[in-house]
Amino acid sequence: MATLTLVQAIHDALRTAMRADARVVVLGEDVGRLGGVFRATLGLHEEFGPERVIDTPLAEGGIVGAAIGMALYGLRPVPEIQFADFIYPAFDQIVNELAKLRYRSGGEYPCPVVIRAPYGGGVKGGHYHSQSPEALFIHTAGLKVVVPSTPYDAKGLLLSALRQEDPVLFLEPKRLYRAAKGEVPEGDYTVPLESAAVRREGTDVTVVAWGAMVPEALEAAESAAHAGISCEVVDLRTLWPVDITTLEASARKTGRVVVVHEAARTCGFGAEVAALLQERCFVHLAAPVKRVTGWDTPFPYALEQQYLPLAPRILAGVDETFRFVA
Amino acid sequence: MAAPLAKEEAEAGALSPEALVALYRAMARIRVVDERMATLQRAGRVGFYGVCTGQEAACIGSAAALRPSDWVFPALREGAAMLLRGFPLVTYLAQCFGNAGDVGRGRQMPSHQAGRSVNQVSWSSCIGNQLPQAVGAAWAAKLQREDTVVLAYLGDGATSTGDFHTALNFAGVARVPVVFVCQNNQWSISVPFRAQTATATVAEKAAAYGMPGVKVDGNDVEAVYAATAVAVARARRGEGPTLIEAETYRVGAHSSADDPSRYREAAEVERWRAKDPLVRTRARLEAAGLWDATREAALLDELSAEVAAAIHEAEATPPVQAESMFEGVYARLPWHLAEQRSELLSVLGSRAPVPRDD
Ligand SMILES: Cc1ncc(C[n+]2csc(CCOP(=O)(O)OP(=O)(O)O)c2C)c(N)n1
Ligand SMILES: [Mg+2]
Repeated sequence: MATLTLVQAIHDALRTAMRADARVVVLGEDVGRLGGVFRATLGLHEEFGPERVIDTPLAEGGIVGAAIGMALYGLRPVPEIQFADFIYPAFDQIVNELAKLRYRSGGEYPCPVVIRAPYGGGVKGGHYHSQSPEALFIHTAGLKVVVPSTPYDAKGLLLSALRQEDPVLFLEPKRLYRAAKGEVPEGDYTVPLESAAVRREGTDVTVVAWGAMVPEALEAAESAAHAGISCEVVDLRTLWPVDITTLEASARKTGRVVVVHEAARTCGFGAEVAALLQERCFVHLAAPVKRVTGWDTPFPYALEQQYLPLAPRILAGVDETFRFVA
Repeated sequence: MAAPLAKEEAEAGALSPEALVALYRAMARIRVVDERMATLQRAGRVGFYGVCTGQEAACIGSAAALRPSDWVFPALREGAAMLLRGFPLVTYLAQCFGNAGDVGRGRQMPSHQAGRSVNQVSWSSCIGNQLPQAVGAAWAAKLQREDTVVLAYLGDGATSTGDFHTALNFAGVARVPVVFVCQNNQWSISVPFRAQTATATVAEKAAAYGMPGVKVDGNDVEAVYAATAVAVARARRGEGPTLIEAETYRVGAHSSADDPSRYREAAEVERWRAKDPLVRTRARLEAAGLWDATREAALLDELSAEVAAAIHEAEATPPVQAESMFEGVYARLPWHLAEQRSELLSVLGSRAPVPRDD
């Protein structure tokens, strides 16, 4: 097995899918000759040609709108939004069209588009190259939202996304693009959607995270272990529909849950996780579900390290949750 | 390539020799700023930087046609417009260091300068978003019977956005005093102009919105000035918007994060280098007896010293305070942000300061 970075694993998944299925096309800004600003599509233009790797004009609404039409007509488009921060011009196409087409057509027009978008902070990107907009799309019925945290998962999840019938927003943690390295099998394999991974088993506190916050949660769990607190780290991988079985089982086991995300706290996905757990296993909870998240401010440039819920803040949240007595 | 000018308009667009020298100095100044900042970026002292090298005439020539009371909605490469209009260089550079000297308080990436003192509006990285806003500002000026003109900049890539269409359509319908200056630098990161639009020019798109479209040699500072002055005068007379296409070239990389060798030929860059706007302006000044090698050397010495001193001062400014992150989300600090600020400060191990509104 080769050791790949997360972005190389994404690239490998795209190439694998395009070799296996002539319906798969990639489109977006700078995805062709440049190979994408993060090089996720490097070499695909040479291998598959400009009809399957399409450099589009600069208009996200056009990219997603065209991808919708392609999918309706039988292709398997994988539009790239250069940064998740620039997805909003396509918001209408995603929320009002992509997410609703199957439903409003009584199932006659499924729309299997997989939108890839690098998201998240930690790269000195300021307001417009750092955002984590997952909650906006989870709130929209009809979309699946997937966030890998390892190269192995990135490839397997992307291949799964391309082989099912629902639209998927595939958010890629750009902070891990090169930082995350791991073994990735050659050729085809899938990692199931809607299935979380327990990255570390523990008994005292469950830490729920995804994407670039998974390594931070693991680091906090390691420090907590030195302080005698046993953490279980659950990597959701698919945020929606969430793997409620794994989530609930872990919450019941530890009775104490900390949810971590980069996005701002208010109406973030952590709020939904907390609501789900109190609805489903209230009596098993020994402490309020704690959110360790980005603050309710725009994502700042100079202070991004203070904005992000990095390991020290996660550890503080774990400690508080562990000590809580009703 | 600009439409032939009527006499009155030609007068509006003429530059005195002294004014041309001033524009040359402004172009040379931003060139030095860009060179020094790009070097600092490579050395890791600045996180990111975007130069406007090769495009100085398009920016300076157009901004020079404005009055101080006019407004600018910039795109990516018009920081020099605020310097021309008197914004302090140290404050301008502090933006790139994201420290307490930055009027934007370290909140945006480097190269996102703005300043109310020179009516240059804060801009986001989102391509095209400023265009409908510029129309709105011009509309407000019109509704309030003020003679302000708004200059809205954009790149060739931005002409593909929905907001470009929306803005020009609104501007045409409402006949507002806005001038759109598209710096067509032939590239939108790796996507060439011909892949951005099927029209031969940007200027001809104006016809679809019922406004004049003018294509001008963007590397000729006098031509850019003349075209913009005419459009600004029209706007001020209440005759509505104009779309100007300043044809130029992005000689450098898209930004410090880009590698153009992946998608374009060095020969193309060299062809455009031969049309360098600074070299051309200098040649004209020399021919008119207004410039020579001695003055050039003195100018470069002066600018190097000025920029070095400004960088030194800007870089030495203290960082922004962590708690400042919560200020200015709203005019007054709401309870939840006050709580979050205390939470951050307790993690950082310091005491909560007195709240500050802005
Ligand atoms: C809405 C949006 N989509 C994508 C991007 C990423 N991006 C930044 S600059 C750029 C190209 C801009 O080209 P152009 O408008 O020609 O301006 P130039 O860089 O040439 O000055 C792109 C695609 C963005 N900033 N905003
Ligand atoms: Mg351009």
